[in-house]
Amino acid sequence: MTQLNPTDDPAYRLFQQRFGAMRRARSTETALTVAVVVLVFVVSAVWTEFSPTKILEGMPRIGEYFGKLLSIEPTRGADPVPVLAFGHIFGGTKEPQSIAYWFYRFDVYARLLWQTVQMAILATAMGFAAAAVLCFPATGTLLRLRPVVFVLRRLLEILRTIPQVVLAFIFVWPFGIGPLAGILAIAIHTTGALGKLFSELNENADLRAVEGIQSVGGSWLAQMRYGVLPQVLPGFLSYGLLRFEINVRSSTIMGFVGAGGIGMELKRTIGFNIYEEVSAICILILLVVVVLDLASERIRHRFIGHFV
Amino acid sequence: MLELVQLSRRFGDKLAVAGASLTIERGEMVGIIGRSGAGKSTLLRLINRLIEPSEGRILADGTDVTALRGKDLRAWRARSAMIFQQFNLVNRLDVLTNVLCGRLNRMSTARVLFKMFTPAERVLAIRALDRLGLADVAMNRADALSGGQQQRVAIARALMQEPAILLADEPIASLDPMNAKVVMDALLDINQRDGITVLTNLHTLDTARSYCRRIIGMSAGRIVFDGKPAELTDPVLRTIYGDAGVFDERLTSTSLSVAAMPAMAR
Repeated sequence: MTQLNPTDDPAYRLFQQRFGAMRRARSTETALTVAVVVLVFVVSAVWTEFSPTKILEGMPRIGEYFGKLLSIEPTRGADPVPVLAFGHIFGGTKEPQSIAYWFYRFDVYARLLWQTVQMAILATAMGFAAAAVLCFPATGTLLRLRPVVFVLRRLLEILRTIPQVVLAFIFVWPFGIGPLAGILAIAIHTTGALGKLFSELNENADLRAVEGIQSVGGSWLAQMRYGVLPQVLPGFLSYGLLRFEINVRSSTIMGFVGAGGIGMELKRTIGFNIYEEVSAICILILLVVVVLDLASERIRHRFIGHFV
Repeated sequence: MLELVQLSRRFGDKLAVAGASLTIERGEMVGIIGRSGAGKSTLLRLINRLIEPSEGRILADGTDVTALRGKDLRAWRARSAMIFQQFNLVNRLDVLTNVLCGRLNRMSTARVLFKMFTPAERVLAIRALDRLGLADVAMNRADALSGGQQQRVAIARALMQEPAILLADEPIASLDPMNAKVVMDALLDINQRDGITVLTNLHTLDTARSYCRRIIGMSAGRIVFDGKPAELTDPVLRTIYGDAGVFDERLTSTSLSVAAMPAMAR
């Protein structure tokens, strides 16, 4: 192959002549963007006192905390021992270092965990229903009334941008301490989050089916019900289950502001430094979340398999 | 009787339909021909009011269709059934439900929302499907059917509307010649047995000649011909299809063979 000197090549010169200025402008743009991102990162790091040395110094203490979580003082003031020990694992509730001793309040945890899951189920169902109604008039390709689309879009945005914990905290005041406040908070956030996703699915729906229903004299409602819904429903259900997984995790922290579920118990045990109970609750939460995630993933794949 | 009076539709600065005036008697079977972009599709959509006219009026038995709003407009759409080139069925629904959709205009909102079709409506739908030879696939999903079958489902849906007029927009343009014949025969049968007026866009001249006793030619949004197939002489066809070189009627046919295309024979 002959050596090619690109700068002498007529094609290269023609290219430079035509597009050189554009390429230079783009390079400058890229450099500027990188500079801005770096600047933002540095400023944020300084303001939040984020420093690598602090992380390195604190590392060993992470292990220390886990040590505390997984150890108990058999009697008040005694030296801590591991929360479980081989000789004692299957001992009764009175025998330290046994599973029964560690989880001696299992009945309370189980009831609260069940409440947590129910909160997630109710909130997801309510949010799903509201989103499924609001998403159609919030889709620009399906409704010509621009102001309605605009207002609903902004409403859904607002619903999903208010942090759930803040909402829960607000609702605890009028509705009292308990799951109701938490359910409402999660349901409202779910409406906003699912509403946006649903209306994106609607935007991708094939409009020929809609035109078909319009041509037979079907009302707008009929066009949505028969032209759009059958196309988007599998997607709705899949996103709904995904949201349920997220909501189970969210409802575990609702208790921190008094809005029901296992979070209230977790907050109490953290407050009183009852480390072994904190670890017992965390393990149970982890178990429930993992099991529900796996189950819902299975179901979602079946939906997608069946309908697509 | 359907009357179009100086009907126009503008898209931006382009006139898709320019001052079209027509009178179509009840029970006629009319073919509309012209090059793509001549305004044939727009004209049919204007009649069914899927597209709003910029100017002019449409009169159906004396009623000004262009002035209809809301419920009355939807009732008119139900009376002027539409068949589309791409069938426009709901792919994910079964065939029977697709046909039942032809009844949506007469149903209450609650019945529409909860898919509550009456037994009588189901019987009608099955009969319509049976007439088109599709009763066996009633429970299949619409998108599991071949193109020809889907177009016949669309015709069954149109029959469910019990329309006065059937507007067919290139009903056979996506079909192979054999399915095209089945679909055209079905349209002819509906026209002759049920007395439903059929107005159809066709891109193949030979189909228009053999199925329609009246043909309308469009060019650049204007109606440039309205008469019997026999009156479609070469000069007339040049005004419809443009006079780019020598016009060969066989080039607008779908029944392609090497022999039919002399330019490519050698």
